[in-house]
Amino acid sequence: MHDIMGIINLSEDETAMGDIAKYRPIGAVPIAGRYRVIDFILSNMVNIGIQNVSIFTQGKSRSIVEHLGHGKEWDLDRKKDGLFVFNPYVNPMDSTYYKGDMKNFKDQLEYIKCSKQKYVILSRSYMICNVDLSAAFKFHKESTADITILYKKIQGEKNKYINCDALNIGENGKVISIGRNIGKESNLNISMEMYILKKELLIEIIENNILKGDTMYLKEAIHQQVRKLNVNGYIFNGYLGCINSVENYYRVNMELLDVEISKELFYRNGCIYTNIKDEPPTKYTETANAVNSMVASGCVIEGNIERCVISRRVKIGKNAVVKDCVIMQKCIIEDGAVLQNVILDKNIEISSGVVLRGSVKKPLVIMKNQKI
Amino acid sequence: MSRENKEIIAMLLAGGQGSRLNMLTENIAKPAVPFGGKYRIIDFTLSNCSNSGIYTIGVLTQYRPLELNKHIGIGSPWDLDRKDGGVTILAPFMGAKGGRWYKGTANAIYENFHFIEQYDPEFVLILSGDHIYKMDYSLMLDYHKEKAAEATIAVIGVPWEDTHKFGIMNIDESRRIIEFDEKPKKAKSNLASMGIYIFNWKTLKKYLVEDEADKKSHNDFGKNIIPNMLRDGISIYSYLFNGYWKDVGEVKSLWESNMDLLKEDSTLDLYDPNWKIYSKNPVNPPHYISNTGKVKSSLLNEGCIIHGEVNNCVLFPGVVVGENSVVVDSVIMPGVKIGERAMIKKSIIMSNVVIPAGAIIEDKANNGITLVNQ
Repeated sequence: MHDIMGIINLSEDETAMGDIAKYRPIGAVPIAGRYRVIDFILSNMVNIGIQNVSIFTQGKSRSIVEHLGHGKEWDLDRKKDGLFVFNPYVNPMDSTYYKGDMKNFKDQLEYIKCSKQKYVILSRSYMICNVDLSAAFKFHKESTADITILYKKIQGEKNKYINCDALNIGENGKVISIGRNIGKESNLNISMEMYILKKELLIEIIENNILKGDTMYLKEAIHQQVRKLNVNGYIFNGYLGCINSVENYYRVNMELLDVEISKELFYRNGCIYTNIKDEPPTKYTETANAVNSMVASGCVIEGNIERCVISRRVKIGKNAVVKDCVIMQKCIIEDGAVLQNVILDKNIEISSGVVLRGSVKKPLVIMKNQKI
Repeated sequence: MSRENKEIIAMLLAGGQGSRLNMLTENIAKPAVPFGGKYRIIDFTLSNCSNSGIYTIGVLTQYRPLELNKHIGIGSPWDLDRKDGGVTILAPFMGAKGGRWYKGTANAIYENFHFIEQYDPEFVLILSGDHIYKMDYSLMLDYHKEKAAEATIAVIGVPWEDTHKFGIMNIDESRRIIEFDEKPKKAKSNLASMGIYIFNWKTLKKYLVEDEADKKSHNDFGKNIIPNMLRDGISIYSYLFNGYWKDVGEVKSLWESNMDLLKEDSTLDLYDPNWKIYSKNPVNPPHYISNTGKVKSSLLNEGCIIHGEVNNCVLFPGVVVGENSVVVDSVIMPGVKIGERAMIKKSIIMSNVVIPAGAIIEDKANNGITLVNQ
């Protein structure tokens, strides 16, 4: 697999993510107690031996850079290749704001050209899964297609993948066109926005765009090619979580409380790596009462938790009742507070006696670094 | 001052077999024994060094070093992967005139003379990798300098009834050590040596050479070097340590010190962000407690899946407890799988053991600790 390079494009639609993605890209959103959204695709890539991974950001990159560091946890701190993060260039002589991600790819064309690998796996971060990319790559090579797009066949789960790309696949397995899931159709082929193609073709698509200047997004440029090229679909049958709205973010966290789903997501085709924090084990005291919950390390649990996903270094005081919540790192919930259907961003202090309630459909989101 | 020149370097004695730990040290050295739901015993000393700003450490290994070597690696978990100094594993070696095992603690240091000399340090800190405690060695060094001592030994007050198990220091009012009693029947003080020494390297060098020439010597710090220094009137001061300190030399004390972590008033704070204990971090998702799971007064780590009842236990990463099983007062090491309807009381279950459904593990007759290996 030394012949593949990975490109993760973080230009993702954050409009429905609300306050959770206000100061961070979707890739840097904390999820499942100790991970960031980007960890899944990044681990999938390194698990098949990809050693050259680049991340194309759309600004707001502090949290992503802080999280990834030199890529040590993913074994990407390499002398040859390794991890690259590309932020959009700003030219002080020309302060025009460029919409779209195309300019970033144009600016970094040199890097793509100079990379030694022959193939590219181009992906986004918001689709979380544990996929065997080597099987997809093998399929691509054997099928002699120009592009292979990974997708999942869904039946009646349209709300989970709302606004995602949908592939229109012909009888011979070829992708005829790419549309969007607007929530009307129940049986759909949801695109995972993971593309396998030759590096030369990607360069050609980008250069073509430079010549014509007719698209602002790399995705658009690829979609334009679908009719002209031989594009294949590769079906993925595993668990696929889609992080593109607050509701879906909440739903995916809750789905991970199913042990079978989390076993699949965290172990099936290799481990999911993340930044380490050197936290001690989590301590449950005599008064603790925890049911159906996922709890990361470094926490102190003295109160009651039920159906919760709790991140590292969270404190839950005596007699506090926390139900159906997603609690991000370093939150402190004092004695006797009551929370239900709430998403607490990082570093929030809930004072004793406070009651906060959202609903399953509309979980209440509290922005980070607050005291309530 | 050249970059290689160090004010202080640490020499960590990690070669002990720890034979009283029974099966636990059949295949690994005592410092590599798992502790506290995540760590190995040696992590405490290594983290203390790193947190005290001591970044040049020689780790002396001897008995079954494979796991220990693998664990330490190039020292990255403790921030000891450095261009200058860092951690170096010092195993017994062959020279032109033959080689030998380390004969004793002092001999182990003597054999690694050349390692210490290359850094030309002013002070040498001698540590052992067998103890659980958090200590700022830089404060001890300040004290050593303030007293203008030739040597300083860290001491801790132990219960009078236990004094016969320790090396006891008798001191004068300036805290200078006047007498050393190894495991005395009738102790004159309750200040026990913690096996932590700071020496002026020039002084120590002289005594190591003398000791090596003495055929009758045990080549041991406690038995030979310290008594010889006292005999010659060398100024040795005691540095009083207040805090949690435990020698986990036996199965019972290993179990006890794990249980100490569960006490509400535990004096060993693992949660202080300014003095973290570093170790290798597991690659596992957060732990999960199911609808049928119940956890009280316990430490849990990543990757555990709990369907049964866990009370007053320390669980290492990746432990699975089946439905209707009850685990009480126990230490469960990494990767242990406990089937359904099992009952485990006051036990230490070693790494990766599979406990079948319905098993009962308990030392009912003696109320002792059951150690399970396979």
